[in-house]
Amino acid sequence: MPEQPEQPVRDALTETLAHQVTEKLADVQGPYFGQFGGRYVPEALIAALDELETEFRKAQGDPGFAAELSQLHRDYTGRPSPLTEVPRFAAHVAGPDADGEAPVRVFLKREDLNHTGSHKINNVLGQALLVKRMGKSRVIAETGAGQHGVATATAAALLGLECVVYMGEEDTRRQALNVARMELLGATVVPVTIGTRTLKDAINEALRDWVTNVDHTHYLLGTVTGPHPFPEMVREFHRIIGEEAREQVLERVGRLPDVVAACVGGGSNALGLFNAFLDDDGVALYGFEAGGEGIESGRHAARFSGGAPGVLHGARSYLLQDDDGQTRPSHSISAGLDYPSVGPAHSWLHDIGRATYEPVTDAEAMEAFQLLCRTEGIIPAIESAHALAGALRVGRRLAEAGRSDQVLLVNLSGRGDKDVATAARWFGLLEDDAAEGDQ
Amino acid sequence: MSIVTTSRTATRLDELADAGRGALVGYLPVGFPDVARSVEAVTTMVDAGVDVVEIGVPYTDPVMDGPVIQRAAEAALAGGARLRDVLTVVEAVAEHSGGSVPTLVMSYYNPVLRYGVEAFARDLAAAGGAGMITPDLIPDEAAEWVEAADAHELDKVYLVAPSSTPERLRLTAGASRGFVYAASTMGVTGTRESVGQRAEELVAATRAAGARHVCVGLGVSTGDQSAEVGRYADGVIVGSALVRTLLTDEPWADRLDALGKVTGELAAGVARARTTEGAS
Repeated sequence: MPEQPEQPVRDALTETLAHQVTEKLADVQGPYFGQFGGRYVPEALIAALDELETEFRKAQGDPGFAAELSQLHRDYTGRPSPLTEVPRFAAHVAGPDADGEAPVRVFLKREDLNHTGSHKINNVLGQALLVKRMGKSRVIAETGAGQHGVATATAAALLGLECVVYMGEEDTRRQALNVARMELLGATVVPVTIGTRTLKDAINEALRDWVTNVDHTHYLLGTVTGPHPFPEMVREFHRIIGEEAREQVLERVGRLPDVVAACVGGGSNALGLFNAFLDDDGVALYGFEAGGEGIESGRHAARFSGGAPGVLHGARSYLLQDDDGQTRPSHSISAGLDYPSVGPAHSWLHDIGRATYEPVTDAEAMEAFQLLCRTEGIIPAIESAHALAGALRVGRRLAEAGRSDQVLLVNLSGRGDKDVATAARWFGLLEDDAAEGDQ
Repeated sequence: MSIVTTSRTATRLDELADAGRGALVGYLPVGFPDVARSVEAVTTMVDAGVDVVEIGVPYTDPVMDGPVIQRAAEAALAGGARLRDVLTVVEAVAEHSGGSVPTLVMSYYNPVLRYGVEAFARDLAAAGGAGMITPDLIPDEAAEWVEAADAHELDKVYLVAPSSTPERLRLTAGASRGFVYAASTMGVTGTRESVGQRAEELVAATRAAGARHVCVGLGVSTGDQSAEVGRYADGVIVGSALVRTLLTDEPWADRLDALGKVTGELAAGVARARTTEGAS
């Protein structure tokens, strides 16, 4: 298959300039975000998507739903998640051997401290409550690293729903512990053995299950991708991240942050954080994609640097594809960022210039991973380490430009327990035999 | 917008209806096992009695397809099949049949989007193609394709499913040209024991919603099933049962024989569907 480097197509830019959008960016509703989004799915699913949207809109207007969800956030998830300033980490903006006053202040939004260990639970609880309201008894989900699968299995156990999780066979081997965790929670994990045997193919298989069983099954999609209403609905269930963080930064610093940063796979943690700042012109938004082994290597998941607009899994968005429109395999050390497309709202924010998206390589992410471990005693998810590496990069730029007193807010979207084996291999901490055993 | 009054596929369906029968619509993917042999397979299928040809475009993420078509598509892609190869097959069918067999392309949307929707419509029409079936493109999202298809007088075949509401059936029937593709059951492509009563109800509801022609796909694999569906539908669409004959390790000539034999049985089923012996 010929693999030519792609350049982003920007021809719709003029149609979607931010100043032409009359409503607040934070409240844009689907199905379209600029030219992106939509419903590119088989007709068989349209009735279910309509039902879901109707139920979601009803819930949005129902104080009872909000109360139920917010009680779960507080008593089950442990929200609000803390905001932690990390001065010893921030000092490294001045260089690897920095010693002394940090040129910037860095605050972490601690989604890693949520029940199940990541932001994923926010969306899962919201959708699971909708499933109960729709009277459906079975949920299916896709998972890459297993975080969304674990969160879905958790909510299914909590609410008494049957749960089936599709996971690429390759990923079930790489993340055997998370497979066991889902099974402990009562879920059935189905290894997917077609295609690239990773997240993309798990989504294909989940969609096939949904088409077949849609009358009693809900597809609990784990990120801000997919057909309408998923991109908007999942953003709404994660907007609490940014709303809390905005309040916390205001309280702590007395003003808004200068930079807000997050990693972007499908993009749910990033959109949840960005959303509260979209209409604050003075806040720069940065999304960090997986640069894998580098854009020039072709082994990456950087849709904005190495992709072009197209249609995958129900939405029009930036996409890794060859010049025949076939999906190109993505690569990242982080399974959660290893996906060839991205949420349509991010494509829109990219094209209107409201957010900046940059790739972070495996090596840069792992350096930041280790740095946070050693300077702050926090083991981040490798996904979140991409945001940390990106924040260091942006902090350095600001310092070089002579900007003092800059405040950076970074989403620590998940904890790194699941990544210990990968990190140990990366840093050569395990004997070869032990490392093999973890594969 | 140009007004198109004739559809080659609809005309063919009308001719067959006048002759007292429905159509057998046969699906094969381009490039399996390679482009040249996929042309041989399609012409074999035509010679064995297929009335309308459907050429599938292999795609990396075929969410409407079951294991049989997935496997063939995966092999075709591994062999380097391209979207433009579908034009080669369309031309070959037009030549082989003297233009009497309408040929539709079935493609997921992204390959066509990448090729350029207008450019693809232009090239498909020039190759002698009749139109396109779009499994992941609903009329709501199809403005670009509608404009191109209308400009080049191509059929727009959308799907309906047992889950489609009356409102969706009206929308889809109104947007389709050629025929409406009724999915017999909720699910993906593949062979099934029985086609089920929901298919007949869906055909009736789709007609009531304004469709002039409705063909039924998903699950048909035997002559008896094609006889059953051919009784009430304008056409019987068969894919996996045909593709399966080519997915063996037998010599190529034997696989073509098997394909011809299965096609013949399905065609015989459709031919007897509306006669007195009818379906079993």
